[in-house]
Amino acid sequence: MSEMSKIVRSISNLLLPFILIYGFYIILHGHLTPGGGFQGGAVVASGLVMVLVAYGSERFASWVKEKHLSVLESIGALGFISLAFLGLSTAFFYNFLAGKGGLFGDIPPEGSNPGALNTAGTLPLMNLAVGLKVIAGLASIVLVMGLASHYFKQGGENDT
Amino acid sequence: MDLLSLVHIILPLLIVVAAGFAVLLRDLISCTIALAAMSLLLSLEFYILHAPDVAIAEAGVGACITTAIIILAISMTKREEDER
Repeated sequence: MSEMSKIVRSISNLLLPFILIYGFYIILHGHLTPGGGFQGGAVVASGLVMVLVAYGSERFASWVKEKHLSVLESIGALGFISLAFLGLSTAFFYNFLAGKGGLFGDIPPEGSNPGALNTAGTLPLMNLAVGLKVIAGLASIVLVMGLASHYFKQGGENDT
Repeated sequence: MDLLSLVHIILPLLIVVAAGFAVLLRDLISCTIALAAMSLLLSLEFYILHAPDVAIAEAGVGACITTAIIILAISMTKREEDER
């Protein structure tokens, strides 16, 4: 897919930081508000896809390699499953960080409250892992499809 | 009749109208935009049905990523649908 006009590219440049911040907000507040790893990851990936459509898949592929996205996806999956295994001394998927203090270890206040971010133990970390996997997976799907359309437009000659 | 039940009637009708446009239009890019509009209205419907989780997922995946994938697929073929 070729590059779009300068108006589209400027608007996508302008919108990208807000979309990324909103997506990471949804991922990080997954244990407090609606949303979580998958939803926030889909929002961030849609921001990346907007840049891909605006700039064309070849230029986007020169910034973000499909191999690196694959590595990020594996890091997300391995982080999720290793967090599950780290609590194995009690049970699989045991929340070993909750209520211990430290990282995400505060005990949430009772009654109605605006939501304390530093709570819920391993859940925010698992949301981050799932979000990383979803970002890398959805972005690499669209990137590979864009590169394939470029490849077939060239007549399938050049090797990418 | 309060406002919310009115919205509950109007929004499904708008979804059906957008889906009809997606089927009936000849230009495939316009069909894709109609499909994205349908997805966005569907996410609004999920939100007023108290499913904000599903609404965010629908807005992210349905309205943006499938649109991009379909536009990439159209760029590999023709833009206009064949006349029957």
